[in-house]
Amino acid sequence: MTTLSPAPSAEDAIPAKRAGIDLLFLVAVLAIAVALVRVIYFTPFEAIQGPAQKIFYLHLPAALDAFMAFGVVALAGIGYLWLGDLRLDRAAESSAEVGVVFTTVVLVTGPIWARPVWGTWWTWDARLTLTLFLWFIYVSYLVLRGAIDDRALRARYSAVLGILGSLLIPFIHLSVYLFRTLHPRPIVIKPSAPSLPPEMLTTLIISFIAFSLFYLALVRQRYRLATERDLLELEEGR
Amino acid sequence: MAPNTLTAAFLIARKDLAIEFRTRTAFFSAAVFALLGIVIFYFAWDPTAVSAIDLAPGVLWAIFTFSGLLGLQRSFGIEQADRAIDTLLGAPIPRESIYLGKAMANLVFVAAVQVVAIPAVQLFYGVPLLEHAWALASIALLAAVGLVAVGTLFSAMAVNTKLAEMLLPVLSLPFFVPIVIPAAQATARLLAGRPADEIVGWLKLLIAFDIVFVAACMLAFPFTIEE
Repeated sequence: MTTLSPAPSAEDAIPAKRAGIDLLFLVAVLAIAVALVRVIYFTPFEAIQGPAQKIFYLHLPAALDAFMAFGVVALAGIGYLWLGDLRLDRAAESSAEVGVVFTTVVLVTGPIWARPVWGTWWTWDARLTLTLFLWFIYVSYLVLRGAIDDRALRARYSAVLGILGSLLIPFIHLSVYLFRTLHPRPIVIKPSAPSLPPEMLTTLIISFIAFSLFYLALVRQRYRLATERDLLELEEGR
Repeated sequence: MAPNTLTAAFLIARKDLAIEFRTRTAFFSAAVFALLGIVIFYFAWDPTAVSAIDLAPGVLWAIFTFSGLLGLQRSFGIEQADRAIDTLLGAPIPRESIYLGKAMANLVFVAAVQVVAIPAVQLFYGVPLLEHAWALASIALLAAVGLVAVGTLFSAMAVNTKLAEMLLPVLSLPFFVPIVIPAAQATARLLAGRPADEIVGWLKLLIAFDIVFVAACMLAFPFTIEE
């Protein structure tokens, strides 16, 4: 059904100039530095939680980008099954891996924030549980990828799991939500205006943009790696 | 769906069940596994801290998914021998009927294990499960349909990977979470004698899961076949 499509052209080969500094990556790292400086020095303390609340500016952007990453996995999966273009599969692969990293960030920053504020490292709260399962689903996605040698079969199976995984998320959300939740009601993304002081919102938006740039930079790097690996496998005649 | 699809599906289900009925290996191992699980759970339990009526639903549905996995593993595993799957794929039938037939056979298998497991939980944990036989049967059926829908698809995928049987639980268990939670919650409320409307919500969740995943897995199945 699929070959390495489109046929590996000169453009797909690895030009030497890519060996230099990745400009997008540099910009993303700088943006994160700027966001952190703003978080630490130019954003007021939250009245009750104090400095602990500042982890929010890492936690929420990472969570949003992780969700976005898994959305990309599902859409690229649909696209792959439809068009059979391996570039889409590489995009899904890259996005899933970066998404797992971002979810790990969420799962690490969450307990660090929860300990002083909720008084516990871990609790079976709805959104926590959902994030944990999100992590499990996409780790198993990566395990699946690693377990298949045939390139086209790997792409098809991954696409199927990526799509089913995105269908599963609302069900896990619903079933764990019916347990009581400790998380605050949505503060930022909700129909009415965000109930956050303007300084905090600005910091959050800057931080979100920085994390999104970082996501893009990582996915692009990972995508190139996948392309090179595919070319190598093609040369080896696998 | 052409009538041909269903006819072929019934034939495939009958074939799988006939093999199972004549050998009975998978059923016995799954049933014994379920009983062992139920017994072992007992020793992880402090009856002075948690009452049986709170524990039993969780045990029942956790065991249900694990023993279900045993049957699912075999579903496409038996087609690997002598590449029997090639004959199935070469048959002039729609691909969906292979999936449906396998799923139907698995459904019977999972239900048969439940027929052993539910009375065992009643016996060993002293909870009156069989007093609610009809309600429990409908929860079990709804849960089994979802489990089998996803598990059959993943079984077809897992046999073609390097990890084979090891991969099936890793792929499937996250998908069983929205089955185990509503089934256990509904059973717990049933045992506690709660009003029906507290149970209906959980059943709706199971029904929605079944509809979405039966449809999605049937659409996805043709993509999982190794040509």
